[in-house]
Amino acid sequence: MMDWHEVLFFFEVLVGGLLAGLMYSLVAIGFVLIYKTSGVLNFAQGAMLLFAALTFVSLVNYGAPFLLAFVATFAIMIGLGFAIERTVLRPLVNRPPITLFMATLGLAYVIEGAAQLLWGTQVHRLDLGISDKPMEIAGLLISSFDLVAAAVAFGLVAALGAFFTRTRIGLAFRAVADDQFAALAVGLRLPRIWATVWAAAGFVALVAGLLWGARLGVQFSLSIIVLKALPVLLLGGFDSILGAVVGGLIIGASEKLAEVYLGPYVGGGIESWFAYVVALLFLLVRPSGLFGQKIVERV
Amino acid sequence: MTKLPEALLSVRNVSAAYGGAVAALHGVDLDLRRGEILALLGSNGAGKTTLLKAVSNLLPAERGALTGGEIRFEGRDVAESSPADLVRAGLVQVLEGRHCFRSLTVEENLLTGALGRSSSRAEAKADLEKVYDLFPWLAQKRRTAAGLTSGGEQQMTAIGRGLMSRPRLFVLDEPSMGLAPLVVREIFEALKRINAAEGLSLLVAEQNSAIALKYAHRAVVVENGRSVLTGSAAELAARDDIKSFYLGGADLPASSPQAKEVAA
Repeated sequence: MMDWHEVLFFFEVLVGGLLAGLMYSLVAIGFVLIYKTSGVLNFAQGAMLLFAALTFVSLVNYGAPFLLAFVATFAIMIGLGFAIERTVLRPLVNRPPITLFMATLGLAYVIEGAAQLLWGTQVHRLDLGISDKPMEIAGLLISSFDLVAAAVAFGLVAALGAFFTRTRIGLAFRAVADDQFAALAVGLRLPRIWATVWAAAGFVALVAGLLWGARLGVQFSLSIIVLKALPVLLLGGFDSILGAVVGGLIIGASEKLAEVYLGPYVGGGIESWFAYVVALLFLLVRPSGLFGQKIVERV
Repeated sequence: MTKLPEALLSVRNVSAAYGGAVAALHGVDLDLRRGEILALLGSNGAGKTTLLKAVSNLLPAERGALTGGEIRFEGRDVAESSPADLVRAGLVQVLEGRHCFRSLTVEENLLTGALGRSSSRAEAKADLEKVYDLFPWLAQKRRTAAGLTSGGEQQMTAIGRGLMSRPRLFVLDEPSMGLAPLVVREIFEALKRINAAEGLSLLVAEQNSAIALKYAHRAVVVENGRSVLTGSAAELAARDDIKSFYLGGADLPASSPQAKEVAA
């Protein structure tokens, strides 16, 4: 018989894990957008996140108000998206996926280098004005920052969902995601669609970058949270936004629970790699992920 | 530059290759007059699909390119226009193998045709009704994912999607492929109806020469990447040698060179 405190503690860990997982989802969604529409696994998503956070915090440090800095950074991310389409994607169109992946790997370092050149290498503190004090909800202590982050994540998912299903450009995105050659033949302007998708991924990177930057400080190690997003993608499927959310929740929860309940038996510190164990075990059962696209086909 | 006013599409001595090395066309000529149905006949691998992709400037997307000659649609050099611009100019193609967007519903598939042409919402709605009039069955399936519909329904969806772009030259690659004869007839009847009612010009590549010659006004036969014969459909249909010579002689397997090789 577990006593009441233990049960409460379990739920506290669980909820904390779920909320932390949504922070991973935010990063993973950026990957999904680009992968879905162009089949490119964009390794530079982390660098874009860093770039966005760094640009934002630098603008704020120069005295720009929050809203202006946000809009200006978004504009810069759109510019970046279009520039990447022009200089990297267009010349490599029709190349094998591995070529494009390598290109984004290179791109990640170029963006990081550019960020360093532009804004320097200092760690910046980013204060979004959201307190990180724990609040008591139904007897559980939950960080209010995590709650805000979760709300932002859900807002973003809802907005993207509406965008994909309710707008014409969303329909074009889904068409391109389904069959690129047919989309070309139908007369959709693929370069424009890709540039838009990269700009959208830039927006997601900005939102994720602000939240992660506020949590960890805006520093260059931010770019390696791509490594936290990968298990989420393996679990949820690379082409599903819903999968990114559910994958994030599962990874976040299992990471925290493992750390607390399994950690003591193996000497602790398993939080950083346990996500990969979960993802790998999962791959054995469902190679396309929980929500990855099953080929819709009738023979 | 002289061009006949009624030639909607002119293909002059076109050659094409994939990857800069594999030649697929070695000199194709054809003229398509406004308002006609022109059949492009030839056996498997003769170059029909390559030619049609060249017409819509889709070869670069498959690492292919024109290596000679020129293709003009209403006087415009298609190699200089993006596929998207050609669709907006009225040159619309239904690809071989249909290429429906599988996870989109039938209706969403049709609407992408309106996107391709940047139709207004009102235009898209009116065009949607026209497509449902032409293929009433699609209206029943409008909410079904295209990938879950039958081959015939997918072909109708692909054709409807093309019509949503309001073509002036409608190019179809093997619309009969893998379909039951009854469905093939329904599709050709529908195409013939639009041709007769609206004067829509059609370029149809077909391996099934019997059905193509039945509905077309004229036909061009391609063999080994060359256009070898042009004539009225009635004239070509009357000649028995055409089928056995150029179209693989499907009726008499023993007399075809491939069959002999296999038997030997």
